[in-house]
Amino acid sequence: MITEIIFAVGFIILAPFIGALIGGIDRKVTARMQGRVGPPVLQPLYDIFKLFEKEKAVVRNEVNFYIFSYLIFVVFTGALFFSGSDILLVIFALTLAHAFLILGAYAAVSPYSHIGGAERELLQLMAVEPMLILTAAGFYMATGSFSVKDIAFWPEPIFMTIPLLFVGIVYVLTIKLRKSPFDLATSHHAHQELVKGLTTEFAGPTLGMVEIAHLYETVFFLGLVWLFFASMPWLGLLVVIVSISLRYS
Amino acid sequence: MSYITKSPWIIHYDGSSCNGCDIEVLACLTPLYDLERFGIVNTGNPKHADVFIITGGINELNRPIVKNTYEQMPDPKVVVAVGICATSGGVFRDCYNILGGVDKVIPVDVYVPDARPDPSPSLTASSRPWVFSKRNGQRWQRKGGEIIND
Repeated sequence: MITEIIFAVGFIILAPFIGALIGGIDRKVTARMQGRVGPPVLQPLYDIFKLFEKEKAVVRNEVNFYIFSYLIFVVFTGALFFSGSDILLVIFALTLAHAFLILGAYAAVSPYSHIGGAERELLQLMAVEPMLILTAAGFYMATGSFSVKDIAFWPEPIFMTIPLLFVGIVYVLTIKLRKSPFDLATSHHAHQELVKGLTTEFAGPTLGMVEIAHLYETVFFLGLVWLFFASMPWLGLLVVIVSISLRYS
Repeated sequence: MSYITKSPWIIHYDGSSCNGCDIEVLACLTPLYDLERFGIVNTGNPKHADVFIITGGINELNRPIVKNTYEQMPDPKVVVAVGICATSGGVFRDCYNILGGVDKVIPVDVYVPDARPDPSPSLTASSRPWVFSKRNGQRWQRKGGEIIND
């Protein structure tokens, strides 16, 4: 019980920094490949701190409630996962978190966040969820348990039993990490577009909460990829790095 | 320390300019000048932006647009008028449709009074207000009429 709490608290404290480092290295490597110097590696953290310094400008107060719920449930998802809880509950908590994000976008009354964000995000969610549920079912068929703890301590790599589900998860990662061309709900890369998708109407701290939730989510999904190789932790780490560089490229 | 100096996101509006300044501002974002190394990102969404860069003079048609964009930006915010047309109206100042510089509509913090400024002064200008707020050791304050000359 104590180790589970330590893992959950460790995730809550460390995940934003790991997520920010991954994002920062991504921006740095992209810049170097284009012959630029690039921003500091900690730039994602600076961006978030800045957003919390800005004025609390919000279209309707409900938006803040929904976005705060989104953040809380994403943290809840990751904490459940890293404390070795039931993987079905983890996936349902993640779905609920995204439902709150979509509600937040709908609550900000604006055609940009309705059509450009909420509806596209809803479609992407519908595309991703079956894959996540299938993965949970696959883990159950391979190990006979839905508990993340049992799956993590399974003696052989689960990848060997369910390789195609691994391919599916890595593919879905593009959508979940909001990478091109599946970043259409937030246009993460196309900064210059007027329609900034879901986040069009979010300003200051509200946008900051969305960014923090995204950092948590990144780390959670890397944990999910690692779970396929949990019996060989170092190989798992290597696979995580390879799959994330594939996804970020 | 104020993190706003480390990640100023810009929004760029091209008023009734000849596109000279417009292109120079965009040149700042290319790999040669690489504004992103200061954490500057071109957002295109006033609700995410901290620095409002305007090129070209103000006329009757774009006056409400400039005003609306400025009002949608959450505080603290900085307005940079790039080029002589945005500063005072330039050679077009006596035209029947030109109201003058950007400061006729919204308060301007930094002027870059150059006919088609080099990317380097406009680059300096977009990071300058942040430097000022750092030197004073306080949160960002509007410094009206700061003039940058190359």
